[in-house]
Amino acid sequence: MVNETQSHVSALTVSDLNKKFGRVIVAEGISFDVKAGEAFGIVGPNGAGKSTLLNLINGTEPSDSGEILFHGEPLNSLDPAERTHKGIARTFQIPKPFSEMTVYENVLVGSTFLKSHHSRHERSELAIDAITRAGLTPFFNTPAGKLRLLDRKRLELARSLACQPKLLLLDEIAGGLTDAELPVLLEIIRELNASGVAIVWIEHIVHALVSVVDRLMCIAGGKVIAIGDPHTVLEDPKVIEIYLGSDFQVGGAV
Amino acid sequence: MATYSVSRGTRLNKFLPVIFSAVVALLAFLPKFLQIPYQVKFVQAFILIILATMWNLLAGFGGLVSIGQQAFIGIGAYALVYFADIQGINPFLSLILAGLVCVVFALPLSFLVFRLSGGYFAIGTWVIAEIIKLFTVQISQLGGGSGISLGAFSGMGREMRIAAVYWSALVTIFLVLLSTILLMRSKVGLALTAIRDDQTAAGVLGVNVQQTRRLIFLLVSIGFGLAGGLIAMSNLRVQPDDIFSVNYSAIMIFMVVIGGLGSIEGPIIGAVAYYFLQDKLKDHGTLYLIILGVLGILIVTIAPRGLWGFISREKISLFATKYRISENKQKEGA
Repeated sequence: MVNETQSHVSALTVSDLNKKFGRVIVAEGISFDVKAGEAFGIVGPNGAGKSTLLNLINGTEPSDSGEILFHGEPLNSLDPAERTHKGIARTFQIPKPFSEMTVYENVLVGSTFLKSHHSRHERSELAIDAITRAGLTPFFNTPAGKLRLLDRKRLELARSLACQPKLLLLDEIAGGLTDAELPVLLEIIRELNASGVAIVWIEHIVHALVSVVDRLMCIAGGKVIAIGDPHTVLEDPKVIEIYLGSDFQVGGAV
Repeated sequence: MATYSVSRGTRLNKFLPVIFSAVVALLAFLPKFLQIPYQVKFVQAFILIILATMWNLLAGFGGLVSIGQQAFIGIGAYALVYFADIQGINPFLSLILAGLVCVVFALPLSFLVFRLSGGYFAIGTWVIAEIIKLFTVQISQLGGGSGISLGAFSGMGREMRIAAVYWSALVTIFLVLLSTILLMRSKVGLALTAIRDDQTAAGVLGVNVQQTRRLIFLLVSIGFGLAGGLIAMSNLRVQPDDIFSVNYSAIMIFMVVIGGLGSIEGPIIGAVAYYFLQDKLKDHGTLYLIILGVLGILIVTIAPRGLWGFISREKISLFATKYRISENKQKEGA
């Protein structure tokens, strides 16, 4: 939850962001801001432009126009590595492990190329800590390519934790988890958020998302449909029509 | 809370410096016992190993599939003749200079070719190699189109000269391999391995992909230049059509692919394999190329990870570049 002291500073400010792939509009005039320490959820139908939005924020995709500020600093001219150095980390919806490197080596990459110049020992400690938090300790020396899907998702999380982010972008990190695994993940994210890390989280598992986020945004067709308190957004008639379906209830099965 | 310790490599790797030093020491004494034609063969094999190792760093790790690195082989060869004969510098010092001068060329060229990617990068590097050749041919001081002979060794007896070239090649390959191993154990090596596996993810985790690639492009140019210098030393003649030949790229790709792309061991094995193949088959004309082609296809079909991938099964690593994490055993009740 947002602290009184944090709530006035914006970690991320997105204004009038536009992006087209050929004729397909994936972002049209998107504006929102995420406060320092806030957990911010994004929902929307498939193809709404959610993942693209994360790509635009972390620089893996250039925007056509619009501005992205991180703690007041424009990001537009920075490449993904530089944005990571500023404190933005992300996970990919389809995991992108370094297949032939071990889990430890994968995560070590995250803690090695920060701008904070840790010693060799500190880099290693950061990696081990991130792996422990993500629950991957049985797989330290396993080549990442040999992990099953769920562990690959954990690896995505561990790598981004090792980057010591101030803002963490999560792309469907909970998708495919079992009911037993979900609370563990939610606990990691809550803990991280409580330690002051701002979170932007795209997720289809709405009840999980709502249990963590302070605010929610629904996008469709590259446009913002609704933004605000999670429950208000989920009760918005337009959101129900476009995304949830008329028989949706929060916290319960349909 | 469990604690962990980090180590590099396996028990096998602990003996490696000893084995490595022993092999080098043994090789250093070879000219005492070995006939001249065999020394020449060793020099050829050393040059092939250097070329394969350098091309693999560039393409196998950096993802920079170049077919124009003969540009630096040529520059190195001509630079050796230039420094040794025209400037009158000691030929062994000239060899070092021939390697270093390649960086001077590689830096501005990198800004040119790094604007291209994938297939365009490959063709772009080749075009640049051809342009450098065409320029070289225009320089009459360097013998123009017919090439230039190396005269720096003319005062030396044949036996002594060939031994000197052999030792130069031995020192060079030792330094090239040692630098490669140390590089791959460093932060740059970690970045390169990440780039090899997934470029986008590497960038997102803070690896400066472009800068790392430029660094590797500059570093390997030294290796190609040294190889070029050694070729000039052992042939005593540099001809533009030979030294700037795209055949070098074809050979490098063959060695690295059959040996195993993206490992340190693979290119060495590939180079040795190629050396024996061409040594046994070169008298058979066209048949030589046909057999080489068929073998290449067979190897990549049966062992897609190359010969080293086939042997190691991804479980062995000779050069201790891998990390190993082990849990520290805690005492009972502690």
